[in-house]
Parts: sequence; C-alpha cells; structure tokens
Amino acid sequence: MPYALCLLLFMIGLYCVVVKKNMVKIVIGIMVMEYAVNLFLVMLGFNAGGIAPIIDKTQYDPQTQQIAASFINSSVDPLPQALVLTSIVISLGSLALMISICTRTYEKYGTFDITELRRLKG
Amino acid sequence: MSIPLPVFVALPLVMAFLLPMFGKKGKDAATALANLATVSLLVLTIISAIQLSTGNDQLYVYKIGKWPIPLGINLVFDGLSSFLLLTISVVSAAAMFFSIRYMEQYTAKSKYLSLFLLMVAGMNGVVLSGDIFNLFVFLEIASLASYALVGFGCEHEELEASFKYMVLGTVSSIFILFAVALVYGNTGTLNMAYISKAIQDAGLNIGLTFALALFVVGFGLKSALVPFHAWLPDAHPSAPAPISAMLSGILIKTLGVYALARTVFNIFGVSVSIGWLLIVLGLLSMVVGVFLAVGQWDLKRLLAYHSISQMGYVVLGIGLGALILARGGNTAWASLAILGGLFHLVNHAVFKSLLFLNSGSVEMATGTRQLKQLGGLATVMPVTRATSAIASASIAGVPPFNGFWSKLIIVIATVKAGFYSLAAITVIVSLVTLISFLKVQRYVFLGELPEKLRATEENKCSMLIPMIFMACLCVLMGLLLLIPTLRESILEPAVRVLIDGLKYSTNVMNV
Repeated sequence: MPYALCLLLFMIGLYCVVVKKNMVKIVIGIMVMEYAVNLFLVMLGFNAGGIAPIIDKTQYDPQTQQIAASFINSSVDPLPQALVLTSIVISLGSLALMISICTRTYEKYGTFDITELRRLKG
Repeated sequence: MSIPLPVFVALPLVMAFLLPMFGKKGKDAATALANLATVSLLVLTIISAIQLSTGNDQLYVYKIGKWPIPLGINLVFDGLSSFLLLTISVVSAAAMFFSIRYMEQYTAKSKYLSLFLLMVAGMNGVVLSGDIFNLFVFLEIASLASYALVGFGCEHEELEASFKYMVLGTVSSIFILFAVALVYGNTGTLNMAYISKAIQDAGLNIGLTFALALFVVGFGLKSALVPFHAWLPDAHPSAPAPISAMLSGILIKTLGVYALARTVFNIFGVSVSIGWLLIVLGLLSMVVGVFLAVGQWDLKRLLAYHSISQMGYVVLGIGLGALILARGGNTAWASLAILGGLFHLVNHAVFKSLLFLNSGSVEMATGTRQLKQLGGLATVMPVTRATSAIASASIAGVPPFNGFWSKLIIVIATVKAGFYSLAAITVIVSLVTLISFLKVQRYVFLGELPEKLRATEENKCSMLIPMIFMACLCVLMGLLLLIPTLRESILEPAVRVLIDGLKYSTNVMNV
C-alpha cells in the first residue's frame, strides 16, 4: 500500500510536468517526482520497530565473534538513507539551476508560459 | 603496476573549483591551466590505455578507501572504459583548445572553463564507475554542467533551449534514480558486479524488469534516441560551438549509449526482446533524424539532427550484437556488429565535433549560421573549407575516411546476420546524409560570396589547429581498423567486454 501511494505521488509529479504550462509549476512537478523517488528509497530501508544500526557491547560476543541475531533482524538498513542524502543534495543543485533559468527567462520574455516561448522551431 | 584511476575524476574536478577564483584579470592563466588539465588527461589516458593493452590483466579495479568490493565504492578500468576515456580526452582537448579564442566573445570565461571541466569530470566518472549509484551521481554532475553550458549565452533562444533540455534531462535522471532504487531493493547491492551476480542467481523478477525498462527510457532520453529526441535539436545548436562539439561528440554517447550498453550487456544480460528494442530504436533514430535534417537551413541545427541519425547507427550495431548473442547465434557476427557500433561511436565523436568546430569558425567569421545568408567562403576561409569537406565526407561514408569503415562493418554485419532490409536502409540513410552535406558544402563554401561577407577573413591560428588535428584523425582513423595491432589493442578489448557480457561480474570479483 505505501508503495502504491509512492507511485501515485510519482505519477502526480509526472502529470504536472507533462500537462502544466507554467514553468514554475513544471519545476514543482519535477521536484514532486524527485521526492517520490526519495521516499521510495527511504521506504526500502524501513523496518517497523527498527533500531539504529550501531552495535553496542551487549550485542557482540567477542569469543565467537558473532553478532546477536536480534540486532541483525531489527536494525535498519542505513545505506538508503545515505543515498537519499546524496540525491537530496543533487536535487537541490538542479532546483537552484532550474529556478535561476526560470527567472532569467522571465526577465527576457516577461512570461512564465512555455507556450509563448517559441523562438526555436523546425 | 597500477593506473591512478581516481586522477581521471579528481584532476578536472579540482581544476573546476580552482578556476573561478582567477576572475576577470587572471583569465589567461585560467585558460592555460584548463588546457593543461585536458592535455594532461589525454596523455594520462593514452599511457593507461597502453598499460591495459600490454599488461596481462583484463581490467583494473581501484577500491576507494581500500574497502573490500561489495562494501566500498570501486572504479573499474576495462577495455570499454579505456576506449570511451580515449574518445572523451581527444574531443575535450580539441574543444578546449578551440575555446581559447572562440570564448573571447563571451564574458565570464573562467566560469565557462570551470563548467567545461566539471562536465569532463562527470563523464570520466560515468565511464570508470563500477557502482551503479555512483554512475548516477557522475551522470548528474555532467548533466548539470551541460544544462548550464547550453544556457551560457543567456539570450532568448539559449534560455529556452536550456529549460527544455533541463526538464527532460532531469526527468530522465529521476527515472534512472528510480531504477537504481528498484535494483537495490531487489538485489540488496549497488555494486554492478554483485548486481549482475544476483540477477544470474535469481533471475529477473517484475521489479527488475521494470527497472530495466526505466533504465532504457532514462538512458534513451540522455542519448536522444528517436522517441526521446525532442530536446537535442534545440539544445545542441544553442550552446557555444565548442560545447556543441562536446555535447554531440561525447556527452550523448557517454551518458546514453555507454551507460545503456553497460547496463544491458554487463548487468542485466542480453535477451531477444532487448535486442529488438535497441534495433528498433536505432532504426527509428537513423531514419527520422536524417529526414528531419535534410530540410534544415540553420547550419548547427542541421548538424544536431544528424547527431540523432548517426547515434542510430551506433545503437543499431550494438542492438544487432545483442540480438545475435541472445539468440545464441555466431559470436563472430555479434562481435562484428558491436565492433561496427563502437567504431562508429568514436568516428562520430571525431567528425561531428569537427563539424561543430567548423560551424563555430564560420559563425565567428561571418556572424551568421543561416545557410541562405552564406556562400562562397571557400576562397576566404580555405582551412575551414578543407576540414569541413573532410568531415562531411566522413559523416556521409565516403571512402577512405573513417565514417566509411564503420558504416561498412555495420552493413556487413547486418547482411551476415540475415537482415537484408536493415542493410538497405543503412545504405539509403547514408546516401541521404551525403545529399544533406552536399547542400552544406554548396551553400556555405561554394557559389557567390554575398556582398555583406566581402570582408570575411580566416580565423586565428589557435582556432585552426584543433580543426586540422581532428581532420587528420578523420583521415587516419581507418587505420585503427586496418592495422591489426592497433585493432587488437583498442577496439577489440572494448568489444570483448560487451561480448563477454555477464562474465564481467566474475572478472571484477576475481581481481
């Protein structure tokens, strides 16, 4: 169910990119898609009632060099969180660039409507 | 013996952040440093390629931070990577040299140099990365730099093209990220070798198939194959000429075709359906691209449409190889098809960047790139004319220039595989290309010199050197195929990586 909602969010973003005519709304649509993917990544690592993946002394047996099974079963996968952090930074960069191009375009054309940007054809 | 793999990414990256500090006054120093960086990357690539081809190892793996492979990030340098790195280094060195003079007409030259090197760093990273999330990160570095470079002029057309390119580029990046997330969810690893092993052990499930489809759409958008090509004819002409040369010459190949080939052949493994998909995409790009190109009157726009068409040849060759491999057919014909595709990739990188540099030279000298306003430049710009004639002959597949050899191999491979109609279409598309470039030669260089262009002069020497260099490559690159030692040390290792397919995972794990 949560995955379906995540996919729905992705589709809403895609719909916004495809249908909307305002440049800023297109940028918002792209960001919604980006967040849907980030959410999906976080959900991959989600573990109900999970604990932080940091071992303390009680969970590690130095004689057998074994990690307690309870720790392995209940700890959260930390990798998706690291990935999401990276992808948020990247999307911040692209958002900044997109918005600056939008404002520059507004200065030149005086509009955010992409149907009026028609210099390039053919 | 070791190859300093991180340097390929680190050197341009460090330079890219260093150069903006020079500002307006240190412009010449910044230009010199940037050229030094690209030239030293070229030297380093050649040394590494020689080491790889003379050494015993098939591939080198660099583990970042000495972490063992599935835990840490690794860089992999194999035949295909070395082949692509050579292409990137040659084109970027030539384009950078061309920028010395050409970019004087823009302000903020050091920012331009910085973005240029950032793009090179991203592309080198994509080619070397052995980790699929890192591939995505480098891909984003290169794409973000290219969005900014397309809009570098900040005029009406540039901003419009940049926005269009950026929206489609970001959507494709999101698709790729989504696919990476699906792959991680289904296999539990991000290392390409281990993903490939997990897929071989457990087979493709629905999630992985969906991920493969997303990869094809994402990389297809990046490489502008035909249903996804809408941004390219706007974006490539709007950029400054050396950047057009970089974008058409190598960016669409590294981010698109290389990544697609790596994913399909080495990670997911070839199948009949993916082979057909690639062939159909290649065929569509070839035919649609060339027919849209013939009617163009803007020189750079015409060249951009031809990029789509020529990328079709590359994808057709690779897709044919995938189809033959998946059907269990003769490996010799599969490797011939892939050889044709990859050889056309590097040939296209050389002649298309040369053509874009020519267009930059014409635009700089005359101030226009509309074919109808030009004419008779043969007498006033002899060097540009000569190099442009060589590049046009190459792209149209006139012997003995490089484009002829790769197209010949693709045609032979299609005939041997039994696709006679495909071979016929390939030849017809090549003829239409010839017609369209005869039109360019006729309208730009022959005919009467218009009144307005009487005062035109040939450009400065520093712009002519990279054009002459690339033209020499166009003439000589047939030797890559014809001389056995060169072929065995450069082209065949690259082909072998794709033919071996899923053996990639064991090769990486055994290092």
